[in-house]
Amino acid sequence: MTYGLRVFFVGGLTSYRALFNWLSPWILVPSFLVAPLFQILLFTYVGRAAGLESDEFYVIGNAIQYAAIPCLFAMGNTIGGERWQQTLPLILGSPAPRIPLFVGRALPVVVNGFVVAAFALVVGSVIIGVRVPLGAVAPIALATAVSALSCTGLGLVNAAFGLRVREVAVLSNVIFGVLLIFCGVNVAVADLPGWMQPISNGLPLTHGIGAARRLADGAAFSGVAGLLGVELAIGAVYMALGYGLLRFFETMSRRHATLERA
Amino acid sequence: MRHALRMLGYGWALNFKILSRSAFDGFLGVLWPLFFATIAFLMFRTGANPSALLYTSLGASVMGVWSSTSVAASSAIQRERWQGTLELLAASPTHFSLILMPITLAMSTIGIYSMTATLLWGRLAFGISLHIRHPVLFALAVPVTIVSIGMVGFLLSVTVVRYRTAWALGNALEYPVWLVCGFLVPLSLFPEWVRPISWALAPTWGIRAIREAALGGSALPDLLVCAAIGLGYAVAGMLLVDTVLRSARSRASLSLT
Repeated sequence: MTYGLRVFFVGGLTSYRALFNWLSPWILVPSFLVAPLFQILLFTYVGRAAGLESDEFYVIGNAIQYAAIPCLFAMGNTIGGERWQQTLPLILGSPAPRIPLFVGRALPVVVNGFVVAAFALVVGSVIIGVRVPLGAVAPIALATAVSALSCTGLGLVNAAFGLRVREVAVLSNVIFGVLLIFCGVNVAVADLPGWMQPISNGLPLTHGIGAARRLADGAAFSGVAGLLGVELAIGAVYMALGYGLLRFFETMSRRHATLERA
Repeated sequence: MRHALRMLGYGWALNFKILSRSAFDGFLGVLWPLFFATIAFLMFRTGANPSALLYTSLGASVMGVWSSTSVAASSAIQRERWQGTLELLAASPTHFSLILMPITLAMSTIGIYSMTATLLWGRLAFGISLHIRHPVLFALAVPVTIVSIGMVGFLLSVTVVRYRTAWALGNALEYPVWLVCGFLVPLSLFPEWVRPISWALAPTWGIRAIREAALGGSALPDLLVCAAIGLGYAVAGMLLVDTVLRSARSRASLSLT
């Protein structure tokens, strides 16, 4: 038990710290702090030109959606990075239990995703001039954290493909783009074409963003608890799928000797 | 002069082929701007201003040219550094600008795939038909815009020569240029203080020329301003290359190790 917890917490943190490139302020500041603000500005102005929704709609949607950058890229790099550093066979050859080994790597990523989204939400609101009721701040923070957790589940699926494909960065970008279109970030899910809506409802972030918007509009927490529950459930499904895929690709890579395909 | 043109031509063709083989620069270069174009199309179609779809489609098509340039150009020198070819290129008798310029030009040219894909996507998925009023001017405006964006990339690549992780800066510059150059939003929506920044950027004039040529208007003045600013970037970049190389040689810091 203690061993598993150590692998979960210490292993996860060490793996995250090994992404030293991400920890460099020269990358962190432009990627995690500057870019989300400009994404908010871009879509807020496009929204104004299109005469579609309020500024608040775009600030909340884009800020929370930007949690996907750390959640997808950092998770993907925890596997892809091990391969580049040639430590992947050592890790997969170790007797460490796989659930804490893989899921433990997700924990710092969830925190990272939350911090990025929260920063974008606060600074974006100040720049655009969006006011949120003081009482809604804590519930919106919770919705943001739940969204980051849920998106990290999808990040784990992305990371699993890192055992099979070389271009994890390309895959992460593609998933980011899909989330941007389908999750009701800039166009409400109800306004999307009919065939897109079931997909939207099966993706992380959709319900979390919806809950945060309702909270900002003055809804009580009890009114959005269901949405957050669905968001958590979706995240759990992706997390389980990601874990399953990791085990599957691990087995396949042993069988076909493709672990060091790079 | 002939030597310089030959260098530019061969360098451009070689780098265009290299970029075409990359999944990141090729496949993602086409797909990435399509995501944003799709959102913009959906927003304008759903919103109160669906007549702006053609205006948006033209702007969105140029977004890909900038996307294919911003990240790649900012890390162009770093890429040579990783490959261990930077010292060889810097030591060659050819002026370093003639080596770097075709690289960034190839990066912006690869954006033509994205431009075509975005216009086709708008036509097929959103029914945005493009009737070009002044085909000759349009045919001129597109390459001039691409070359001027390549020159922005050239200047950017030289400016960030001492920045190891310059790709992150290039990545962060993607949205600001889309925004400030009016690719999706008319400049009149921005605060007054933003406009001088927009005017100093060649893509602003490039997209204006493309729109004027396509929708009907006087594209020529915008085209000339775009070309002039692009030329200004090229001259500034060439002057900067000399300074940067001299400094790197005297400090032995070319490899940044």
